[in-house]
Amino acid sequence: MADPTGMQPGGMQPGDSAGATSPALEIRGVTKSFGHHLVLAGVDLVVPARSVTAVLGPSGGGKTTLLRIVAGFDHPDSGTVTIDGEIVAHGAGGRAPEERRVGVVPQEGALFPHLSVAGNVGFGLRRHDRRAREARVAEVLELVGLSGTERKRPHELSGGMQHRVALARALAPHPAIVMLDEPFSSLDAGLRAHVRAEVLDALRASGATAVIVTHDQLEALSIADQVAVLLDGRIAQVATPSEVYRFPTTLAVGTFVGEAVVLRGELLRASASGAEMVIRARCALGDLPISPVGTSSAQHEHHEHLAPGTVLDVLVRPEQLILSSHRDGAERAEPAEGAEGVVIGRQYYGHDAVVSVRLRSGAVVTARLQTTLLPDTGDTVRVRAAGSVAAFPSREG
Amino acid sequence: MTAPVMAPDSAPAEASVAPAGADAFRGRNRPPWFVLIPSTAAALVAVAPIWYLVDRAIERGWGEVADELWRDSTRDLIVRSVGLAVAVTASSVAVGVTAAWLVVRSDLAARRVLGVVFALPLAIPSYLAAFAWVSWRPGLAGFGGATLVLTSVSYPFVYLPAAAALRQLDPAQEEVARSLGRRRLDVATRLTLRQIRPAISAGALLVALYVLSDFGAVAAMRYEVFTWVIYGAYRAGFNPSRAAILASVLVVVAMVLVVLEAKARGRAAQSRLGGGAARTGTSVSLGRGSVLAWTFVIAVIGVAIVFPVVRVLQWVATFESTDVVWSDVGRALTSTVSLAVVAGLTTVLIALPVGILAARHRSRTSAAIEGATYVTHALPGIVVAISLVFIGVRLLRPIYQETPLLLLGYVVLFLPLAVGSVRSSIEQSSVRVEEVARSLGCRPMSVVWRVTVPLAAPGLAASGALVMLSTMKELPVTLILRPTETNTLATELWRFTSVSDYANAGPYALALVVFAAIPTALLSMAGSTRTQESSRG
Repeated sequence: MADPTGMQPGGMQPGDSAGATSPALEIRGVTKSFGHHLVLAGVDLVVPARSVTAVLGPSGGGKTTLLRIVAGFDHPDSGTVTIDGEIVAHGAGGRAPEERRVGVVPQEGALFPHLSVAGNVGFGLRRHDRRAREARVAEVLELVGLSGTERKRPHELSGGMQHRVALARALAPHPAIVMLDEPFSSLDAGLRAHVRAEVLDALRASGATAVIVTHDQLEALSIADQVAVLLDGRIAQVATPSEVYRFPTTLAVGTFVGEAVVLRGELLRASASGAEMVIRARCALGDLPISPVGTSSAQHEHHEHLAPGTVLDVLVRPEQLILSSHRDGAERAEPAEGAEGVVIGRQYYGHDAVVSVRLRSGAVVTARLQTTLLPDTGDTVRVRAAGSVAAFPSREG
Repeated sequence: MTAPVMAPDSAPAEASVAPAGADAFRGRNRPPWFVLIPSTAAALVAVAPIWYLVDRAIERGWGEVADELWRDSTRDLIVRSVGLAVAVTASSVAVGVTAAWLVVRSDLAARRVLGVVFALPLAIPSYLAAFAWVSWRPGLAGFGGATLVLTSVSYPFVYLPAAAALRQLDPAQEEVARSLGRRRLDVATRLTLRQIRPAISAGALLVALYVLSDFGAVAAMRYEVFTWVIYGAYRAGFNPSRAAILASVLVVVAMVLVVLEAKARGRAAQSRLGGGAARTGTSVSLGRGSVLAWTFVIAVIGVAIVFPVVRVLQWVATFESTDVVWSDVGRALTSTVSLAVVAGLTTVLIALPVGILAARHRSRTSAAIEGATYVTHALPGIVVAISLVFIGVRLLRPIYQETPLLLLGYVVLFLPLAVGSVRSSIEQSSVRVEEVARSLGCRPMSVVWRVTVPLAAPGLAASGALVMLSTMKELPVTLILRPTETNTLATELWRFTSVSDYANAGPYALALVVFAAIPTALLSMAGSTRTQESSRG
């Protein structure tokens, strides 16, 4: 992107031309506790320049604390925060918030109620050059699609507009990073998707590096270039949305980022399939291949060191499950695949439906299905899983 | 007359809950120097009078102190003071609780209007009310008159918190009690009264504090309690340490009351459930009792508001107008207003860093500094005045009997009032907004001027106005510390009425009512509607 006013020399240094990704933000070993409550237990995270990173974690899991530490509102007990190559936080020492170039969009927007939209957006710009300031205000307001609202007061704007003003305000001084704290959670569901798309467009157009803190899995998966899953005070996994969803590194990550059916299973001996080695897990749904070799997932390597027979937790996504009616003659030809079960319940959502099936083994699985040809409660069906699954050595096993 | 004018929300707030987001500051949260240094200075200014008072009291040794305290006259003084405090507190509780119940729970007509009217006497200076009565019946002077006048101006201290507590009660509780077979009177005493008891005790302690601090009413009624005797000892001149010793005793008693009041208020806050009742209780039908109720209403309003105002108008009517006198009134009004404006601005300016410290930088140090500025809350005006005389004579000779020392007196006296409301107006805005300002490159000091102060501006203005109006009505500090050539409305009123020249006192009394009492009433009304609205939202 173009940096139109170039007010901040050194803002986007090396990455641009060289293509070498110097991270905009680097967090190393950050810990923080409040009283006896350990909130962050050693967080490591690298945010590449110009990317959109979602920090996804449960409510009260320390996401906001992490954001506040990066912004300089709080100080880590230990660890460092580096922005554009400069260490800004080092334990309790470091730079003041006003010296960090971190734009913040708080959850509630936190617009200055005593200032107009232009006053808000121009707040962080240098005051002496009035013309440059007005130009930049107009520019970022256009970016967020709010041109012409300069003279309005925050309370005259809708919730979604207030959010975009807050974003424009954060972007105006060309920050090194913009951090958004649960930016869409206060909006009602209908509005949320719309505002989210607009904010994302504006962020991408500005070329800023953004970190979005959220507890909403769908939000994190749909908007981010990379998702960092914050569980129990640590970053459990950082990867692209599809990788986090399909190849979670731990069972906890897997069950947190999306709906999951977890089945008890056991590791089978590796077998050759063409040129590749395939490792399978045996569970109530049959023998399922564990994430194929060739993905970047580290778990597969890990499995190679496990002895056959190791007890596993096998994680299957509901949309991987395929249900076929038992009466279908065609299905009867391949009896080995999948498992038989009885439909015990279904929830209809319009665009899809979730069907619960009790397998012969007693395990209950849920399948997410197209809404055409739904089985009825009480029907006997055959359930099989498509594609590979994630599996983890069971703690209880 | 120096006790805070509006009790419920501007009183010191040690017991108040932490603002949202305070947990975020548990880490390193060192206040910047431009907050810490001025607040420390403010705390020292607030505490200095007590230090000098005690120093003066014990300058002739502890033996002297003991002798002074064991004298019969001292014992009588204590008995009289405590007796007056007990009598006024008891009658204020009776009047205040009855008024609150009638306004909140009965089907009395015009309840909404009465709810406001019952709070108005707070704005009337006690000495004005007292002079209104003794000018009509000189025989009233003494215990009876003092009790009547002080009750009529201080029962709102009980009425306001009691009414608030009654509004907060969940009517479902009473309905459940009735359905469990309790009779109405039984419910009223066992359930309702018991639940609002903490609010009543907090109000009662404020009344007691007010009575012990009051100078004007007891002086007008010539009833020898602490404040009046201390003033006499000071005026007599030859025995300053007696004044200092008696003042120290008064301070100790007042401190005890302040501590008890804070505790009672804490209990009152705890006993409140949720954000208020979902609906207001069914109003109790008065039936034939409404005649009795109206007799009560008319008596209270007649005694506390109508009578003093009518008397003032009568004085004005008998007064012979001459240009000379009117120019005197004009001069007194000018100096009153200009003193009040400067005192209001100065006090708020000094309270600002303390308010920021208390609202934004919680720590033991900040609690100690804030606490120090509340200490003077327990200091009667007369005590502040004579301690500043000691300080003036010893340390600040150049400004002794000059305007700056008088202003210092006002600051010391009204700092608690200002700190409380400055703090709460700062707490109204979110810390988040200030943090965002900093992340946008704004340094801490400019955050204060660009964000904190503009956002708190309405509250700051209100507390400045409150200090201004309180200054205009203030009597003992003004009387003792004013420069000899400065006359204010209060001191002129005092001068004429103390020689029973009520006709000449008339214009000053009228000016005081018009320029101080009425605006105070309006301000407190605006304040209470604002509080109600914000608690609703």
